Amino acid sequence: MKTQTIEFIQSGRRQRQQRWLLVTGIMGLLAFVLMGAMLLLGNTIYPVQDVVRVLLGEHVSGASFTIGTLRLPRMLSGVLAGFAFGLAGNTFQTMLRNPLANPNVIGITSGSSAAAVFCIIILQASNAVVSIASIIGGLVTVLLLYLFSRSKGSSFSIGRIILVGIGIQAMLNATVSYLLLIGAEQDIPAALRWLSGSLNGIQMHEIGPLFWAVLLCAPILILFGKQLSILELGEQSATSLGVRTDQVRMALILSAVGMIALATATTGPIAFVAFLAGPIAKRLVGPGLSNVIPSGLVGINLVLAADLIGQFAFDVRYPVGIITGIIGAPYLIYLLIRMNQKGDL
Amino acid sequence: MKPTHHFQAEHLVAGYDQKKVLNDISLEIPSNKISVIIGANACGKSTLLKTMARLIKPTSGGITLDGQSLDRIPSKQLARVLGLLPQSPIVPEGITVSDLVGRGRFPHQSMFSGWSKKDYEAVAEAMEIMNVTELANHHIDELSGGQRQRVWIAMALAQQTDILFLDEPTTFLDITYQVEILDLLTDLNEKYGTTIVMVLHDINLSARYADHIFALRQGELISEGAPSDVITSELIHDIFGLHSTVIEDPVSGSPSVIPIGRHHVRQKEAVWS
Repeated sequence: MKTQTIEFIQSGRRQRQQRWLLVTGIMGLLAFVLMGAMLLLGNTIYPVQDVVRVLLGEHVSGASFTIGTLRLPRMLSGVLAGFAFGLAGNTFQTMLRNPLANPNVIGITSGSSAAAVFCIIILQASNAVVSIASIIGGLVTVLLLYLFSRSKGSSFSIGRIILVGIGIQAMLNATVSYLLLIGAEQDIPAALRWLSGSLNGIQMHEIGPLFWAVLLCAPILILFGKQLSILELGEQSATSLGVRTDQVRMALILSAVGMIALATATTGPIAFVAFLAGPIAKRLVGPGLSNVIPSGLVGINLVLAADLIGQFAFDVRYPVGIITGIIGAPYLIYLLIRMNQKGDL
Repeated sequence: MKPTHHFQAEHLVAGYDQKKVLNDISLEIPSNKISVIIGANACGKSTLLKTMARLIKPTSGGITLDGQSLDRIPSKQLARVLGLLPQSPIVPEGITVSDLVGRGRFPHQSMFSGWSKKDYEAVAEAMEIMNVTELANHHIDELSGGQRQRVWIAMALAQQTDILFLDEPTTFLDITYQVEILDLLTDLNEKYGTTIVMVLHDINLSARYADHIFALRQGELISEGAPSDVITSELIHDIFGLHSTVIEDPVSGSPSVIPIGRHHVRQKEAVWS
């Protein structure tokens, strides 16, 4: 009897694991295809062997500049930012058990942006200072969210976090607009980077900080994936199962905000990627298994696909943030309506 | 058979903000037995259970497990001995029954490991005890209230703790399911010797299924012992402010409380005297 039960449970679980592996594999493959397309496509289309030779460090006249200096950093920044946004967005969404509770919607990205623009325009600060300020800005926003959404006596509600977050986001965006109005003309281009996501003109040396942030923070989010899935059961169950909820939550928030801030510093806030990646990944890989790595892969695919569409699908070249915004906004409205119907707001 | 544990609370005081909910409670949980905490609404039953399960930090007083202070025991190690099923556990979206039950294995797994043979065995066993095997690959959202509650208890069982706390495991369930759940928990106690402590609302089911009763009134432990010694009309009046007569349950022989209201009383003089 019991061996039968074990086999029954095992076979169901194996099926779900196989689907997970298959979907994750396909998304990884798709990411590679899109990465290739980012290098190949453009005004001049170079043969594949030229692309490979440039990547191997050989000098190919013409191709070396176009691919090595223009397209490669563009592609790499898209990959890193997409992975960072997807992973961090999913972490917040799972931790707070609501797809609306993601850095784009509840103002964490705006917190980073506002702090950075303040440093650029008012303090005339260096790049390093701006990066650190953006991380602090994101963390301060998390702290404000926590303080404002806490109610006396009871634990805080997710609905309130989201409403407070939308409010904070509006306030921060207004601050940024004001800063841009009073800013000196020569500082505006640097500040604008923080307003909408674009992969245009990113240079190799600008990717460094984001690369290190992903290398440092992504493994933490992946390693704590199991704890995250237990946190999803709520504070009480998680504590009874032996998760040290405060410490785990702190590690997750610090890593997620660190990646988001530096991704935003590199590419600007690419609209809605952190918001869309988690739910799309979950829909694709199916229930019950870890959503952490798939979310990162979906993030990469979203950013690269949106950037390719923005570059080549229309007569005018649109930055990547415009395209992801067009995809993401209707989904946000749909979720708000559904949440309202369920009575969560 | 599960080992014997000494679980003790000494001069426990706990509360939220300024409000004291538990006032100087000292007790020892009878090992390998079923205990039920009874009391009126807001008397601190749930708070007592949560404090003993280290979900709430006591303001003063201490809790010890086998002589060791509870907050000194590493959280994962404690989670292998002591489990709690909260009153309204949160269901993650889109998860299957066996995966949810499997999350109860967390304290037995290392950071990287997948499911071991032992994990599968524990999950299968828990699901068999709770009679939810056929539901293994169903989504939680598809289940009825009674099925869902059995799945939650199965998750707590997969944790394979020696001591299991349950916060109102039968609330919101039809009487059929209430009895079913209590029967299953009794099976568990008899078969494995699992120490069970639960908060129950139904005083008569408490008296029938408990080996030991803790009666609480406004955060104080006013009586404890075997149901037949503890459940009297005086105690019921003390904790609920309700007049009643206590008879012998014709089915189990345990005490059964018959409430007396202002209406529908046959011989007022006789019972009120």
